[in-house]
Amino acid sequence: MREGTGERVRWHRQGFPDLTPEANLSRGPRERLIQVLLGLCALVTVCTTLGIAAILIGESVAFFRQVSLAEFLGDTRWTPQFAEQHFGIWPLLAGTLMITVIAALVAIPIGLAAAIYISQYAPDRVRRWLKPSLELLAGVPTVVYGYFALTFVTPLLQRVLPQMQVYNALSAGIVVGIMIIPMVASLSEDALRAVPRSLAEGAYALGATKYEVVLRVVVPAALSGIMASFILALSRAIGETMIVTLAAGATPRLTLNPLESIQTMTAYIVQVSLGDTPQGTVVYQSLFAVGLVLFILTLGMNLLANRIILRFKETY
Amino acid sequence: MADHVSPAEGVPTTAYSELHRDREAQRMRPKMEVRNLYFWYGDKLALKDISLQILPNEVTAFIGPSGCGKSTLLRCLNRMNELIPNTRLEGTVLLDGRDIYRAMDPVVVRRRVGMVFQKPNPFPKSIYQNVAWGARINGYRGDMDELVERCLRLAALWDEVKDRLHDNAYGLSGGQQQRLCIARALAVEPEVLLMDEPASALDPIATAKLEETILELKKSYTIVIVTHNMHQASRISDTTAFFYMGELIEMNRTDELFTRPREKRTEDYITGRFG
Amino acid sequence: MTEVQQAVVARFDLRLERRRRLGQILAVILFLATVFGLLVLTALLVEVIREGTPWLDWQFLTSYPSRKPEAAGIKSAIVGSFWLMVLTAMFAVPVGVGAAIYLEEYAPRGWFLRLIQLNIANLAGIPSVIYGILGLGLFVRFFALGRSLLAGALTMSLLVLPIIVISTQEALRAVPQGIRESAYALGATRWQVVSSHLLPIAAPGILTGIILALSRAVGETAPLVMIGALTFVAFLPANLLDPFTVLPIQIFNWTARPQEDFRALAAAAIIVLMVFLFLMNLSAILLRNYYERHRPH
Repeated sequence: MREGTGERVRWHRQGFPDLTPEANLSRGPRERLIQVLLGLCALVTVCTTLGIAAILIGESVAFFRQVSLAEFLGDTRWTPQFAEQHFGIWPLLAGTLMITVIAALVAIPIGLAAAIYISQYAPDRVRRWLKPSLELLAGVPTVVYGYFALTFVTPLLQRVLPQMQVYNALSAGIVVGIMIIPMVASLSEDALRAVPRSLAEGAYALGATKYEVVLRVVVPAALSGIMASFILALSRAIGETMIVTLAAGATPRLTLNPLESIQTMTAYIVQVSLGDTPQGTVVYQSLFAVGLVLFILTLGMNLLANRIILRFKETY
Repeated sequence: MADHVSPAEGVPTTAYSELHRDREAQRMRPKMEVRNLYFWYGDKLALKDISLQILPNEVTAFIGPSGCGKSTLLRCLNRMNELIPNTRLEGTVLLDGRDIYRAMDPVVVRRRVGMVFQKPNPFPKSIYQNVAWGARINGYRGDMDELVERCLRLAALWDEVKDRLHDNAYGLSGGQQQRLCIARALAVEPEVLLMDEPASALDPIATAKLEETILELKKSYTIVIVTHNMHQASRISDTTAFFYMGELIEMNRTDELFTRPREKRTEDYITGRFG
Repeated sequence: MTEVQQAVVARFDLRLERRRRLGQILAVILFLATVFGLLVLTALLVEVIREGTPWLDWQFLTSYPSRKPEAAGIKSAIVGSFWLMVLTAMFAVPVGVGAAIYLEEYAPRGWFLRLIQLNIANLAGIPSVIYGILGLGLFVRFFALGRSLLAGALTMSLLVLPIIVISTQEALRAVPQGIRESAYALGATRWQVVSSHLLPIAAPGILTGIILALSRAVGETAPLVMIGALTFVAFLPANLLDPFTVLPIQIFNWTARPQEDFRALAAAAIIVLMVFLFLMNLSAILLRNYYERHRPH
């Protein structure tokens, strides 16, 4: 027995790798210090989330001391600058929603089609050239898209729709949609690529043509991943700020007409911070309340998308 | 036509109906034929000058060590090889005397020459949808419920799944999934069924069941099976072909090949000296 | 054809022609949709170049903003963007890479690590304007840094941190396990393994992530608007606590004005910004392509 123990000790001394996470951690104070420093770096990410939550909630609490939650969620007017102030979130939510719906109508079909083309149809040479090009589209700063919406898309659409206002939801929504195409395309492509080849082969072996294999086997098999990409991209559209600030206007109103000027939550946040609103006033605090709603919405969508992605990874 | 068949061959033509004679002629003619087939993955030659015949209503087994080209040849029989990029094929493959590469559409070839893969690969759909899918895209006109039941019965799966046809196929065991894949292949009414090591992912009991199914299917289909299990080949096949390093070394009736191999390499392989 | 085959054919209506045509139509539609994005990109570039080129000259690059369009320039914006990028890199790169090393190589696997991972994934999806609110509340007011370059760089660092962490983690994960094992087998400590083996191998991937993160920082507008980067800065920042402006803010300001000439100035500034971002993105893509071709197996 004693011999056996000696054997084990020698085994260790020879430096056989023990790869449990606790191994090789502490060898002198230097190693210890490095580990603590690296851990602190990781902690910064946690603190960021906590900081965001603390600031949004802290100021929102002050806001809701002056404006009741019932008014915030019940009133249909948002008029912080008027003498008669109303703080009903619905006009801002409706504006955000309209932009998001228009963006979805643009980005979902085009992004998904691009993902299918790149993952299933494009020859290798074309793919190597297409993917980076789409990534360039993703690299365009949002303020540039805003410029494009205001000075190119709006005048272009006005030729067809003369009654359209200079600031309107339609061109902002379309450009937001264009902005998120690369996101839909690249995440959906990942999902399509994750579909095992064997499924497509099984379909081909039954005498299916390519489009039948793609549309009726591969795409349905990747559906949850594709859905996740839609949700993530739309959460991005909801949080988009510069395009809507520049091109969609600053008129919070409940409307279904995309040719009118509206205001989104993000545009309102920017509007308040651009003005000289003094700290501590209810208008200033409303910025944080709107920010909180925006945060909860996008966080909820991101969590949902993450859940879906984790689940579909388990499928194969 | 009847006049051209010589009675001297000892075939009493008058006693045969038109259909019977047709079937008899089919029996003599190979169902599929491979002539001087070469196949490359990129620059690598994977099949070298393969010529062989596959007889109707028989089980033909391809055996040989891994990497010998037997699966590659199988995929050449229904043009599945074309789905792999950077490959090249030379030579001829005939189905009922027609060149499947030059005279036929790949979609038609694959409808007539079905395939079952090494690992069960059902679609992430219901059991019913799995069987009906191929028939539907190929424009099946008959009663779909009847077809699904018939194919599941042929694949000896019906009794196990008849109460849960609309459950997801991923809930089935590996052996059941593989038999579902057979049922799926049968639903497009192929004439030839290619099987690429269909039992390699299955346990012994599921394998035994699968082999029974194959023997049953032989009555109405021509079957080609790739296996590296020599016992399986000897149990279920009528003809066996032995491949080594991309070449067809020997092909013969199964009992002949296993008892009196003509080639030294065949003998070495079946007696377990390599592989 | 035998009778059996004829019977089979009778039961199937293959409609091959129709199916083949449908397939071709689909392929064309998919291709057009893919190209659509590129067409938009082209339209955007053409529009910007057409509008902005006449204004793009040495005087434009070396002048401060002005109320008169013909005298206005982007000197302070270029310098501001440059410093913002440098400072953001100084803060975000060590912290981001350090966090990724901790998460990949040190942290015990378990629910806590999963929670941090989930948190990072979510941080990457938070709208940038929310980071602006964080910067406003935390750096501008709580730490009383004011509307300074430092506050802007710190805000931007938090914004790009998740990008750097995620790409560094991916680069570290791509290092074959065998390299870790053999280094540990020689008796190396964890940090020795990380610093002398993992980081050099993962460096191209990490660098790609850093470039993409910094190009994001250079192009972002909303968070800096939130923390109050000024739009009219007729001087260069002399220290970290000075006010500043950056190219995107200048573009935003000029675009938002109704006068045609200022819009054209915006276009000229966009050209400068896009050329810079294009070079950054290009280097990242080239680096990644190189990396993918030379990835150790």
